[in-house]
Amino acid sequence: MSPSFRPAFAFTQEQIVVAITLALLVLFSVTLDSFLTAGNILALIQNVSILGILGVAMALAIIGRGIDLSIVANMAVSVAWVLQLSNNGVPIEIAIVMGLGLALAIGLVNGFLVAYVEIPAIFATLAMGTVAYGFVRSLLLEDNLIYLKGAADTWFKWIGSGQVVGIPNSVLLFGLVAVVAHVVLRITVPGRFIYAMGDNPTAARSTGIPIRPLIVLQYVTAAAIAFVAGVIAATSVDSVETRIVRSNLVYDVILVVVIGGVGLSGGKGSIRNVIVGTLLIGVLVNGMTIMNVAYTLQNIIKSLILLTAIVIDSLMNPRDEQTSQQGDI
Amino acid sequence: MLDHGRKAMNRCILAAALTAIVGLSGLAAIAHAEQPDDGLVNESAAAMKGKKVGFVPIAMGFDLTEAWAAGLKHDAEAFGYDLSIRDPNWSVDAGAQAFSQLISEQPDVIVVHPPEIQAYTRLIQQANAQGIPVVTMNLKADANGDVFIGANWYDIAVKQTEAIVKSCGQGSGKSGKIAVMQGVLTNPTSQYGIQAIEATLKQHPEVQIVSNQAADWDASKAHAIAVTVLKANPDLCGFIGMWDNMDVGIAAAIKEAGKTGEVALVSSGGGNQASACDNVANGNFSTYISYDAKGQARDLMMAVRSVLQSKPAEPGTKSIALYTPLKTITKESNYPGACWNLDDVKKYGP
Repeated sequence: MSPSFRPAFAFTQEQIVVAITLALLVLFSVTLDSFLTAGNILALIQNVSILGILGVAMALAIIGRGIDLSIVANMAVSVAWVLQLSNNGVPIEIAIVMGLGLALAIGLVNGFLVAYVEIPAIFATLAMGTVAYGFVRSLLLEDNLIYLKGAADTWFKWIGSGQVVGIPNSVLLFGLVAVVAHVVLRITVPGRFIYAMGDNPTAARSTGIPIRPLIVLQYVTAAAIAFVAGVIAATSVDSVETRIVRSNLVYDVILVVVIGGVGLSGGKGSIRNVIVGTLLIGVLVNGMTIMNVAYTLQNIIKSLILLTAIVIDSLMNPRDEQTSQQGDI
Repeated sequence: MLDHGRKAMNRCILAAALTAIVGLSGLAAIAHAEQPDDGLVNESAAAMKGKKVGFVPIAMGFDLTEAWAAGLKHDAEAFGYDLSIRDPNWSVDAGAQAFSQLISEQPDVIVVHPPEIQAYTRLIQQANAQGIPVVTMNLKADANGDVFIGANWYDIAVKQTEAIVKSCGQGSGKSGKIAVMQGVLTNPTSQYGIQAIEATLKQHPEVQIVSNQAADWDASKAHAIAVTVLKANPDLCGFIGMWDNMDVGIAAAIKEAGKTGEVALVSSGGGNQASACDNVANGNFSTYISYDAKGQARDLMMAVRSVLQSKPAEPGTKSIALYTPLKTITKESNYPGACWNLDDVKKYGP
């Protein structure tokens, strides 16, 4: 479909999602007494901050025409290992360095498999998530559930549970990660290269962009961001449950990225899209929780919205010759 | 015959060794001394030796299943039965597969820990039909099998609700608003628990459920929901949580809101030290109903011993219920032995 077939009044997907979010905000503010308070709006963002940070990591992979299905496994096992090391007497600073090292190593293997072994990202990272979980769970972790005990009274605990001038740290860290990722993608040379690579890898390569090292960098960065998300999650609930690997969290992450308007075909979208998508889910879930909507119904509503987003995505960002040859991912 | 001969010879050697040692040092305590046959000990041991026991937990690696497995491992070693643990790691499909695989291997007893009420019902009936006795652990399935060992979820939720009524009901001077955090909706914990909560609250109309949500046993999800519920209901009086590992997320949300001690949190679980008593001691949980997984491990050991020694004539036709005695743990009743420690149970047995 050539661009000339698009309706002239078309909105971008991001604009549509912003409109839906604002409509929900107004609806909830009018109908729910306790919705539009500073406390609740901060709580709303706090509740989706981990989702949002993982969304930033996922967006980075998707914009570069990849995907990282291993981020949830990576964050769970690397941070669980940090807690366990510290519970066993390792100073928390050293435990963090070791855990981060583990996360980066998993990212490095992802990047290597995608860039050099040339396995499609969806398979490489899907397999790597399982391998990382199985390896770390059986060789390094004593339990599925690791409590934060050794470092419970240190600055480490403050990361996910503290606040600065009334704003929860997790909200601030989400903002920080988003700003840094935005600046890197928009201003720095590797950031621009990731867009180029996502848009057209062959052309990018022909112009001399070092595609393979760039792919490795992309997955290592995604792993580092996932580690940050894991630390916040662990310190906010005093524990890591590695069972989260088996949950639907990674699909929720893809949901916020895609719904915000980052095209699965790569090269399109920005961190702003991730924030928009995250806020939509945040507002929706927060409102439904206050209204005490039954759990099953919440899932139906959430998944209908994913479906709508994907339909809109395919209408707004039509397949081109390249995607029809290479597939969407 | 051969065995008999060898046994006789062993006895001779043993006797000779005994004489020698006693003669040399005058010591009589020998580890390998054989117990005289009292008419039961040898017979019961022989009935268990070489038998096959299969165990399909929801997953290994968490307090409940690790404690139960520690009990079975202890007995497998002591009585020489063969124990096979198939870990489906939280996958219902993989669990069902492992269960049917076990059935085809025809063990002498299968121990299952059903992830939800319906998932294993047909398989339990199938195992029984093939003459294999089935022991179900802690989560009741629609088919009872031969022995059920575990908590009575209705009873637990009644006790939890009574505890919350004490904190939030008449005479407490509180709002009476409470929130319920369920785990997975198809799990018996929720299915029977929610009925018990609603039935108990009928007698206490002053206590109202303002939020009833599910968090998939995930502490982070429970945390997110609790943060919202606390903001939306500033006068919330308490939470009922359905599993300690998830409820720490609610506790973290209460702490963040600066309301520890003010908002009650009634939790339940297997009563291991780190999840239960530590959280009662530090004020995270105001009341905790323990179904003592260490005690369950012992119940399981005994049930398996009993089924191996005396196999039901027609497995599945007569079910025995061994409901776990519940412990209510509060700051006042948090005595040093109220909880158990997984490392110790693994090391020293239940």
